[in-house]
Amino acid sequence: MSESIIIAETSRGAVAPVTAELVSAAIALGTSPTVIVPCSDTATAEGAGYEGVARTIAVKGACFENYDAASWAAAIDAAAPSGIIVVAATPQSKDIAARIAARRNLAIVQDVVAIDGKNLTSPIYSGKAMQTVAISGDAAVSIRANVFSAAASSAANVSVVDQTGDVATAVQEIIARASTRLDVAEANIIISGGRGMGDPSNFTHLEKIADVLGAAVGASRAAVDTWDEIPHSMQVGQTGKTVNPNLYIAVGISGAIQHLAGMRSSKYIVAVNKDADAPIFSHADYGIVATWEETLPVLESALSAMMS
Amino acid sequence: MPNIVVLVKRVPDTNARILVNGDRVDLSAVKWVISPYDEFAIETALQHKEAAGGSVTALTLGSSESDKILKDAKAIGVDEISRVWNDSWSEMDSNAIQSALVQAITELGAEFVYCGKTAADTGAGSTGPGIAERLGWASVSNITNASFDGGLTVTSPVENGSAIISVSGNAVISCDKGNVKVRKPNVKGIMMAKRAQVNVVSADAPASSVSIVAHSPPPAKPAGKKYEGGSAAEEVAKLLRDEANVI
Repeated sequence: MSESIIIAETSRGAVAPVTAELVSAAIALGTSPTVIVPCSDTATAEGAGYEGVARTIAVKGACFENYDAASWAAAIDAAAPSGIIVVAATPQSKDIAARIAARRNLAIVQDVVAIDGKNLTSPIYSGKAMQTVAISGDAAVSIRANVFSAAASSAANVSVVDQTGDVATAVQEIIARASTRLDVAEANIIISGGRGMGDPSNFTHLEKIADVLGAAVGASRAAVDTWDEIPHSMQVGQTGKTVNPNLYIAVGISGAIQHLAGMRSSKYIVAVNKDADAPIFSHADYGIVATWEETLPVLESALSAMMS
Repeated sequence: MPNIVVLVKRVPDTNARILVNGDRVDLSAVKWVISPYDEFAIETALQHKEAAGGSVTALTLGSSESDKILKDAKAIGVDEISRVWNDSWSEMDSNAIQSALVQAITELGAEFVYCGKTAADTGAGSTGPGIAERLGWASVSNITNASFDGGLTVTSPVENGSAIISVSGNAVISCDKGNVKVRKPNVKGIMMAKRAQVNVVSADAPASSVSIVAHSPPPAKPAGKKYEGGSAAEEVAKLLRDEANVI
């Protein structure tokens, strides 16, 4: 059986749950996976044991304290055996995988949502079409979250490799996000508002529901372009962020093709819009034809009652 | 004074409908434009030049069909326009594309390369970091701001916010939308672009190990449930818990 190298996704000093999905993807590729955990403290790797994974390598290095693409790629590449490289399709891991693929003169296939043998399918044109490619030999592959089932945990058989990479960029300052709210790119549930919200101050109604659900608040391009108070970092769509959450709630968003491109692959979509003919409804699992003013208070109290 | 290259790509307008005919996308009726994030890269590259001097060359990989977007970049204000191409190329994988671009970037003598964070067609975002690795350069991806006082300083998202990063030496910088306002071509720029010559660079590319099997429309969603009136939100909340199991 050919080998694969999973580069674990880490967050706040722990291995992120999506790593278990990467194991299932690697097995679907017909490979035998090794998990690599980049870390500055080997304790991070202790949770990285999965059924079907024979070994976990903690790559320990001071360079992993701050993100520098060149040093991370060099340190991981030096510790990783050859094989198909598998990462989560997050901005940082896609970046690292592209560098490691280039180091090894391999091709890379990003944002994979389906695997059939060596055939990999990814969205193109922001999800307006799908592309299936065949890989031959080794390659690097990034996998979208919430697509593959998570492999079961088991005890990790961890070996440690000390590694360092020359850091080419220097972080001068980290500016903490003004709000403690989740970023849409990291969230499992997103509630987004469009120009139908009428005024940026009305986004507080979305925030209240986001607080109940532990969700991120997003926005359509129309909202971001219209109101200075709504930053581009909240924008979901073709020129914003492409998201793939379990639940996407679109409020006052008509469903322009560019917005659909950024969120159509969400597992469940709820749409609230007063226009019964809004295109968003043809993509919604649950559509409510009503104003946000009459809908959001009901939604908030129903969800609050359930979650308490 | 820095020699700056900005990578641009010809893509369908993001408002275009993408049709699939047989097992390939049919792009015969779409309008072609510079990929939107590449416009932010052009703007950032021009600001770099305005602060530090030097020159900006827009580079693309493509056939003569891409001359139009190079001239569009010229009209916005880049100094030179170049294209790397070999008529034997088709359906290149990332390894082949990056290899060819790196040969052209080296031939142009670039010290800084700017590109969009992703292209609007593949959305992959592999080219910037990939060419940086091949050049042995630093890279910072998805920047939202750049300043040029006393060297290159960029702002890039990190887990809990954003990082201000100083970049020493040669680098590849991929650009997000951020706060950048892109300049529009003026009449003089458009006139100069009409007369501009595209410098065609030749290169070799390794054989591709990834091949396209098929294109397909996105999977159709089964029709959902639709309700009238805001009070339905209570029922929808129940369904999210009991039917969808997402909360």
